[in-house]
Amino acid sequence: MMASTYNAKDEDGHITVAGPGGGTLRSRKPENTAFKQQRLPAWQPILTAGTVLPAFFVIGLIFIPIGIGLYVTSNNIKEFEIDYTGVDMSSPCFNCSQNFSWNSTRPCTCSIPFYLDQPYESNVFMYYGLSNFYQNHRRYVKSRDDSQLNGDSEALTKPSKECEPYAFHDNKPIAPCGAIANSMFNDSLELFYNDPNGTKVQIHLMKTGIAWWTDKHVKFRNPGGNNPNLTVAFQGTTKPVNWRKPVYELDSDQENDGFINEDFIVWMRTAALPTFRKLYRIIQKKKDMVLTLPRGNYTLEVVYNYPVRSFEGRKRMILSTISWMGGKNPFLGIAYITVGSVCFFLGVVLLIIHHKYGNRNNSADISN
Amino acid sequence: VKCNFCVGEENWVDSRTVYIGHKEPPAGTEAYIQQRFPDNRIVSSKYTFWNFIPKNMFEQFRRVANFYFLIIFLVQLIIDTPTSPVTSGLPLFFVITVTAIKQGYEDWLRHKADNSVNQCPVHVVQHGKVVRKQSRKLRVGDVVLVKEDETFPCDLILLSSSRDDGTCFVTTASLDGESSHKTYYAVQDTKAYNTEKEVDSIHATIECEQPQPDLYKFVGRISIYMDNEPVARPLGSENLLLRGATLKNTEYIYAVAIYTGMETKMALNYQSKSQKRSAVEKSMNAYLVVYLCILIGKAFINTVLKYVWQADPNRDEPWYNERTETERQRHIVIRAFTDFLAFMVLFNYIIPVSMYVTVEMQKFLGSYFIMWDDEMFDEELGERAVVNTSDLNEELGQVEYVFTDKTGTLTENNMEFIECCVDGHVYVPHVICNGQVMPGATSMDMIDTSPGPGAREHEELFFRALCLCHTVQVKEEETVDGIKHGIHQGKSTSFYISSSPDEVALVEGMKRLGFTYLRLKDSHMEILNREDEIERFELLEVLTFDSVRRRMSVIVRANTGELYLFCKGADSSIFPRVISGKVEQVRARVEHNAVEGLRTLCVAYRPLSSEQYQQVCHLLSEAKLALQDRDKRLAEAYDLIETDLILLGATAVEDRLQEKAADTIESLHKAGMKVWVLTGDKMETAAATCYASKLFRRNTQILELTTKRTEEQSLHDVLFDLSRTVLRQHGGMTRDNFSGLSGDFTDFGLIIDGATLSAVMRPGQEDSNSGNYKEIFLEICRNCSAVLCCRMAPLQKAQIVKLIKASKEHPITLAIGDGANDVSMILEAHVGIGIMGKEGRQAVRNSDYAIPKFKHLKKMLLVHGHYYYIRISELVQYFFYKNVCFIFPQFLYQFFCGFSQQPLYDTAYLTLYNISFTSLPILLYSLIEQHINMDILKKDPSLYRDIAKNSLLRWPIFIYWTILGVYDAIVMFFGAYFLFDNTTFTSNGQMFGNWTFGTLVFTVLVFTVTFKLALDTHYWTWINHFVIWGSLIFFVVFSLLWGGIIWPFLNYQRMYYVFMQMLSSGPAWLSIILLITAGLLPDVVKKVIWRALWPTTTERIQVGTHTHIIEDYGSAKTTAAVFVFWKNYCKTKDRWVTKTGTGKAVHGCKWSYLVL
Repeated sequence: MMASTYNAKDEDGHITVAGPGGGTLRSRKPENTAFKQQRLPAWQPILTAGTVLPAFFVIGLIFIPIGIGLYVTSNNIKEFEIDYTGVDMSSPCFNCSQNFSWNSTRPCTCSIPFYLDQPYESNVFMYYGLSNFYQNHRRYVKSRDDSQLNGDSEALTKPSKECEPYAFHDNKPIAPCGAIANSMFNDSLELFYNDPNGTKVQIHLMKTGIAWWTDKHVKFRNPGGNNPNLTVAFQGTTKPVNWRKPVYELDSDQENDGFINEDFIVWMRTAALPTFRKLYRIIQKKKDMVLTLPRGNYTLEVVYNYPVRSFEGRKRMILSTISWMGGKNPFLGIAYITVGSVCFFLGVVLLIIHHKYGNRNNSADISN
Repeated sequence: VKCNFCVGEENWVDSRTVYIGHKEPPAGTEAYIQQRFPDNRIVSSKYTFWNFIPKNMFEQFRRVANFYFLIIFLVQLIIDTPTSPVTSGLPLFFVITVTAIKQGYEDWLRHKADNSVNQCPVHVVQHGKVVRKQSRKLRVGDVVLVKEDETFPCDLILLSSSRDDGTCFVTTASLDGESSHKTYYAVQDTKAYNTEKEVDSIHATIECEQPQPDLYKFVGRISIYMDNEPVARPLGSENLLLRGATLKNTEYIYAVAIYTGMETKMALNYQSKSQKRSAVEKSMNAYLVVYLCILIGKAFINTVLKYVWQADPNRDEPWYNERTETERQRHIVIRAFTDFLAFMVLFNYIIPVSMYVTVEMQKFLGSYFIMWDDEMFDEELGERAVVNTSDLNEELGQVEYVFTDKTGTLTENNMEFIECCVDGHVYVPHVICNGQVMPGATSMDMIDTSPGPGAREHEELFFRALCLCHTVQVKEEETVDGIKHGIHQGKSTSFYISSSPDEVALVEGMKRLGFTYLRLKDSHMEILNREDEIERFELLEVLTFDSVRRRMSVIVRANTGELYLFCKGADSSIFPRVISGKVEQVRARVEHNAVEGLRTLCVAYRPLSSEQYQQVCHLLSEAKLALQDRDKRLAEAYDLIETDLILLGATAVEDRLQEKAADTIESLHKAGMKVWVLTGDKMETAAATCYASKLFRRNTQILELTTKRTEEQSLHDVLFDLSRTVLRQHGGMTRDNFSGLSGDFTDFGLIIDGATLSAVMRPGQEDSNSGNYKEIFLEICRNCSAVLCCRMAPLQKAQIVKLIKASKEHPITLAIGDGANDVSMILEAHVGIGIMGKEGRQAVRNSDYAIPKFKHLKKMLLVHGHYYYIRISELVQYFFYKNVCFIFPQFLYQFFCGFSQQPLYDTAYLTLYNISFTSLPILLYSLIEQHINMDILKKDPSLYRDIAKNSLLRWPIFIYWTILGVYDAIVMFFGAYFLFDNTTFTSNGQMFGNWTFGTLVFTVLVFTVTFKLALDTHYWTWINHFVIWGSLIFFVVFSLLWGGIIWPFLNYQRMYYVFMQMLSSGPAWLSIILLITAGLLPDVVKKVIWRALWPTTTERIQVGTHTHIIEDYGSAKTTAAVFVFWKNYCKTKDRWVTKTGTGKAVHGCKWSYLVL
């Protein structure tokens, strides 16, 4: 429409329009290029039972073994899970969970004995699990200040508005601000092996290597640059309301203190679903010992700081070995086997259809 | 202001008075009321520098889609929403800016053009002197001097010209494309005033109608005050010089401006036609409404569930996630409403802003393929197809009814004089011996072969009649003296031009029969007779041709002083007015010729006594002076004058069929279209053309619904009779008929004439059955593959189209024609196609598409139409599909995040999904997809039936796509869900968070929807490969980059290394592959099974190119064809030949026999 109006305009502009001479005639002829004539060379595949059949069988034949492989791998992974919320009266942590108070100075501890019926060989990963905890709630997810966590000095004293209502306390900026940091998981878990000879051996739990390398080294940085004195760097800020100690006292180790504390970093990566687990510690395989955790009796000692009963949450401790495909998850293997089988089955169905109807169509064509 | 006129009401007559030279009329005659008229400034620009931004924004946001996105954007700005305003603001800003820049640039060009036009100098006569003025300063009433080859600056009434007879020649090429020279006439009483002094002395006023857009209609009256005695003269379109036309072959003219600036007819014609909307667009809008409902439904469900779920305060506000004080204090209703809006915002991407952009780009860019088409270029005319509206590309693939004009559309409109018949004697021009006309050899058996002396006289009168009764002009190539010389020598230094090719053919035929029309000079028509003598006839009146009367007449005075009225016209309009002459013989010959498919005209005359002539003059001048209903009164006057005729004879002119017209009609039939021929021609001629063009075939049973039949029986009985015949026959035949396989089913052809049609259409008679006539008629038509409507008036053509359009199936109609009389139906039909014919450019200007020849219609519909339909329907369905896939996981995620409106994907992904990750492949698909080879589409028109009735955009298919989208979304979401469920999937034991979850879903999503499109693509050019793989690679590269840097300007770094970490995990790869496979599986299976069990024709052909290749070896001719086809479409390594059991040879191609 626009264009046609336009031509009329041009012509009324007292411009003598050239007659239909030979020159104009030539130029009006469309160019004979493959693109303009829609004749570009092309591959023209058609999905028919015939062409798809092999693909289905191939998918089936590839997926089923992968699935079996995954399933077996998953089954070989050892996983132990223990719920220490203390809901039941019989539970050792019942008292702690009942008498919870944010202000209590004396930490409540409880110890849960358990028995591992099979030995754990390679590295063992210790997780804490929470359920019914909505780390993916929108108000929660955005309640953080990444600039502050990246060591930005301005953001340290002026936390983002997103952190509200966990941005200021007593007119002091909170570091680290926000709901996520405020609700950091602060139970401490310790593991003891009850030697058959009666002695309790504490198992060494490694607290580094549990966060993403990039998080620890790039995304999270302490304020004040290379200043080794974190207390000074965090001066003028206050600890999150629910914390017992400020952020610069999270660990004695300089490399794992402040914002780059790995427990903190792990917590700050908000989980996708309301039931989740987070890596807590790693029990490294020792060179001399064959078994990382031998079969036997163990005790989990919990400093019970973290209340979950108000929202009907649960707390768990999980011990798991890891394969190349991660932790125990039969889903992927089963899914692969299912899809593979379905493909294979469909391949067979298609083969039948192909033989029955492919012929019919074809003979009709020939007699035509 | 403009729109007062654009309605084009013909009866709306309000007059204006123009004072020539701004002189007051003499006192006492009339009150001098100076009316205010606009100046001569042409303003085609829409905006000024100052109002551009507000006005353009207003225009753009008036569109529903833009408005919707604006609202979403504003909501995001105002309330706390899950996604940043950038996600919807950026695409909207992009779309708006691009459109604004485009429109601004176009408007700037318009400003430039306007300025150059408005400042162009014109010559105005003021106080007896010629003054130069800028064009825009011209006012109504100014007397203007225009020189040769200048363009008229406004609409003018011709006062005088440099030519003695007061005529001037004008070409209106830039107005309507007709390059022929037209003659315009000065007002008789002023034509002598041809110097500026004299012109300035003219004292007159003009009364005329207010401006109307119709270029060919004008009525007015001029009152000239001579000695204070006003003399009134009629003004018609022959006196009106239109702005935009150019003066030719005339040294100069004086004329007075009557319409200026935006009131000129040219400016009024800028108004856009009413917008036509395609069926696809209607479906799209219906889908949009559905999606809008889904959107609102989703938001509502989630809001309700949210508040149900939050009833427990520990869920609403657990200790770890408290609200701010201000939030707590907000009223619950406001909170709920905000939540509802937030959900709306979260899900708003289900209606993508980019779809509109993509659809528009597809239409705009796609239409270039029509213009570029080499096969639709006509060497002879030097013209290629023109696209006036790209909005209807896909409608070309949906046509069910084709209404075509006959003359100039089906036929060449290249008339050739074949014969004439005077009183039963037949004369054929090529049997001229020594200037003597011999009765044609072929007609020796005709009636009486011995013409008496009276017959000789009649014969010459007949020839003279044809030489005089026309409106042909002689086009002068050289000087005035050269003409006579040229014609005399028989060389083509000059030639005849006329708006009607029939007339040219007749005058040229006469020339070959010995009577040469030389020219019109000083109202005298000069004829060179057989004896090389010049006969002069004074031309007194011309009763012009019109399509209602279907005849024209001239009144001339011979040298001897005798007065004659010569009349020529269609037989049906002449015979009832004839009182003597050899009617029977002539009628027989006319019918004979008509059956041969020749165009016949009858010629009659009437000698007039001078008293009769006085009477005639009186009648005519009275009618011509009327300002109101002039046309009607003229028609009445003509009716009275053209009576008591004496029949002279008849002529026959051949109009050859256009090249491949028959083939085209046959293809249209096979494609399931019903072809109707609407013509003003007589039934026999039209029927013959229909047979020749294979509209009717030998075995077609012709049903007649004509005046002849309705005279015998009542209309009622005839209609019922016909419908019985049709229904009985069609009971068992419909299936065969539809499959198009059996060649020899009886089909019906209907012939109806204008008179009967208007009887059928006449509403509300007392008879209760009459209301059903239309229905019965439509029922009959539905069962006829071809309908011929003859003797149609232009308006009736549009009426028929309207009738069919409004019938209960609401079929898509296409009208094709070349002349002004087809414009009404071209405008009425869903798709209007103009043929660049000989009858001017009116049809082309008013059409949606224009093609040089009728044969190009075949490619236009069967190839382009088919492709565009396939392309755009996939485009529409795919867009909805991919956005269901996109948004449904977000919806599901709400159930796992406490209905908190937490988005699943990162902002960048939300923004770019529709803009860049998934936009180009579908745009490209919708531009170059070819599901079947172009040549096969042309060869096998029945493929067109596969897409009939909007078959790819029906609800079941839409629902299928939506379900597919929901399925894919469920697979993607729950696949990721179970993978993430309470476990780790890295080999170092570290955990992933919610952003990795979303990224995983998103990755699967982008790959799935792109692969889905790849599976649907049947035509993989290098561009497809480039774009499809390119956009996947772009997604990966973008994700790597987006997560690879701590972006300094962002206040969150949630995506940092998320994508890389995900890719470093083996199970993530495995699950991506698994989920893509699982997502695509059902669609592939459905496609394959449907293809195997219930294949459409298209699918059969796709699988087996061999249906075309299989031919019998027996005939050498076909074997050659087979080989050509086979070689063209089959690579050497894929070819094979075998024999079937019946001994037939089968040529095969690799792909074709993968299905056994």
